[in-house]
Amino acid sequence: MFTPRYTPLALAVSFALAAGAAQAAPDADVAREMKQMREQLQQMQRAYEQRIAALEGRLAQAETKAVKAERTAVDASATAGEAKASAESAQASRSREPVRANAFNPEISLILTGTYNNLKKDPNSYQITGFTPTLGEVGPGSRSFSLGETELVLSANVDPNWRGVAIAALKPEGGVDMENAYIESLGLGRGFNFKAGRFFSSLGYLNEQHAHAWDFVDAPLAYKAFLGNQFGQDGVQLRWLAPTETFFEIGAEAGRGQSFPSTDRNKNGTTTGVLFAHLGGDVGPSNAWRAGLSYLGTSPKDRTYQDTDSLGAAVDDTFSGKSRLWILDGVWKWAPNGNPSVTNFTLQGEYFRRTESGTLASNSAAGACGGDCSGSYESKQSGWYLQGVYQFMPRWRAGLRHDRLDYGTVDIGLAKNGILSGSDFPIMASHNPTRNSVMFDYSPSEFSRFRLQLARDQSGLGETDNQVFLQYIQSLGTHGAHKF
Amino acid sequence: MQRLIVLLLLAFTLPAQAALNVLATVPEWAALVKEIGGDKVNVVAATNGLQDPHRIEAKPSLIARGRNAQLLVATGAELEVGWLPLVQRESGNPAIQSGQPGYFEAARYVTLREVPAVLDRSHGDVHAGGNPHIQTDPRLYLKIGEALAERLALLDPAQAQAYQAGYRSFAERWKAAIARWEAKAAPLKGVPVLVQHDAFPYLNAWLGLKQVGVLEQKPGMEPSSGYLAEVLARQQHNPGRMVLRPAYQYDAPSRWIADKAGIPAVILPFTVGGTAEAKDLFSLFDDTVNRLLAALR
Repeated sequence: MFTPRYTPLALAVSFALAAGAAQAAPDADVAREMKQMREQLQQMQRAYEQRIAALEGRLAQAETKAVKAERTAVDASATAGEAKASAESAQASRSREPVRANAFNPEISLILTGTYNNLKKDPNSYQITGFTPTLGEVGPGSRSFSLGETELVLSANVDPNWRGVAIAALKPEGGVDMENAYIESLGLGRGFNFKAGRFFSSLGYLNEQHAHAWDFVDAPLAYKAFLGNQFGQDGVQLRWLAPTETFFEIGAEAGRGQSFPSTDRNKNGTTTGVLFAHLGGDVGPSNAWRAGLSYLGTSPKDRTYQDTDSLGAAVDDTFSGKSRLWILDGVWKWAPNGNPSVTNFTLQGEYFRRTESGTLASNSAAGACGGDCSGSYESKQSGWYLQGVYQFMPRWRAGLRHDRLDYGTVDIGLAKNGILSGSDFPIMASHNPTRNSVMFDYSPSEFSRFRLQLARDQSGLGETDNQVFLQYIQSLGTHGAHKF
Repeated sequence: MQRLIVLLLLAFTLPAQAALNVLATVPEWAALVKEIGGDKVNVVAATNGLQDPHRIEAKPSLIARGRNAQLLVATGAELEVGWLPLVQRESGNPAIQSGQPGYFEAARYVTLREVPAVLDRSHGDVHAGGNPHIQTDPRLYLKIGEALAERLALLDPAQAQAYQAGYRSFAERWKAAIARWEAKAAPLKGVPVLVQHDAFPYLNAWLGLKQVGVLEQKPGMEPSSGYLAEVLARQQHNPGRMVLRPAYQYDAPSRWIADKAGIPAVILPFTVGGTAEAKDLFSLFDDTVNRLLAALR
């Protein structure tokens, strides 16, 4: 243990000597001085070596003593009962954890993200044609450099029965978005888990993951179109895990549904319900999988989005009715012998199917109803994505993702019965958006990741956006475990 | 439907009557539980010998196992911090939560080495409590085993006698084996070694190996080629006789150094199942000592 200290000294000495030798001037005085210096240095070196040897000797002695003591202690405790008390006290004296006043502080972590975006098309006119705008920030972000959300995570056990988590997203433009803040049960037992507060729903696979854990810079198109990126609400969740060898979990959520596809209803009771079931297991030591089926049912009232009618005027279109979403998800992870540190592969896909029925009103002045029109609305739409991410060597990964949305059938009563026309609802024009993305990322450590992503995005009708993203994701502090 | 109900009822009632269900995070504690508990326990290891215990995911199968476990045996000292808390929480099983008798941390019963003086991630993936790779020193299994036997007895009082007897029998055989290994490994005392991951401080302390370099510049970060060249340059002044790596690690860095420096690269089983020879705790250390001695020749 002393060698590292000794080595730099020896190096310094030899460097000094070498430097001295190189500069040896013809002057005899200088040569003499050099010789003296060299001798002094050599003396110093010898002295140090002796001291080090002495210290090492003492250390070795201490070590052997310690080992002997340890062994006798073990023998004693194994044979005599009274020796146990002394061994325990010895252990107590050995625990040198300093007691700090802040030892009860929660685990804190901060996640820093930032991107550089190069977008061919104007991100301000981004739309997913054919699908109701979700009013969320589903676009590809700003051009040039932009700070992503800074996520502050605080979590701790409240008492033996509850755990609390708060995740605040600090917005780059200012302000705080309380992403998650919930309490979670620890002691319900019999496989039950209960959660209350604001949390990301357990529907689908990707929904529960925070953006910093995604394999791509942005969410799949299906998540953007059907859930406004990610679905969370204020509510409660109850889950039950079956006592079987195979992982089987079912759960239900109920809440206020204040975000897309629902709306805040200003009524008692709940407006949005989620049901989900997950099944998972291993295939040999190298493969693990999980599959799920989820349902989200809600009745939004006056869910409004902006569009431009055939007169070129900005209009509000308002939906009220029922919205039902089914999601089928699956993930398959492969790692040789279950050890993902060198190479691993993840295949993941989800299929979404949504039906909405109710009324769609428009304040467009283009029709006979003069700005107060209302008609029926029926839609059956779907979408899916499939992605594969391969870690081909430690620290480096590459991934491919294909996104596709299927317009399906959309019946807008106002357009069908001639009060307005299809051109008064340009966002709802028939279109099957697609996108292909490829990404490479490099993670120098578990806490740091740099990513390059290229995408060809055909979300808008007749538009092809070529996108380049450069991203960093870094996490500070105690970083909690990620879900499978 | 009726059959399903019967099955579910069986699943609920069975664990209470049958052997104690134990989930161990790593194979060495599973093996130790087996040595002490014998047929009184039903033990499963969450990982195998070729998996990096730092980088396990909270797989559905592990959560399902956590659901039925009556005792969870972990190393602790933050070794499993990346996945075990999730398994505990998601399992919906209050018995195995931290602080409960059904949660056992081996690291609590030994004095940890390399407790960092400074906690800063610029030093890499450091463990605040100290180096968690305690399973490479056989002497530590005695204290851990004793505590484990007590814990088993606490959870399953009906079999308390059997656990105590199991521990005594194990301790006797283990002490004899330690003496045998120490005699056999005597030539290893003072031998300078390089290690790929700083995973062997306990082994070094036991056998008196002298660690002269680590290939990972910072713990948990894969070695860069530049740093490997530095390590190689240091071989000139302060040569290691061999380079050690746990069986689960990426082999390229230690192979490169071994090639360039002309020293043997030694793959140590690190845990039960790490090599074909390491079938249980006894053969784990037989194999460890044999491999080190073979590299010395």
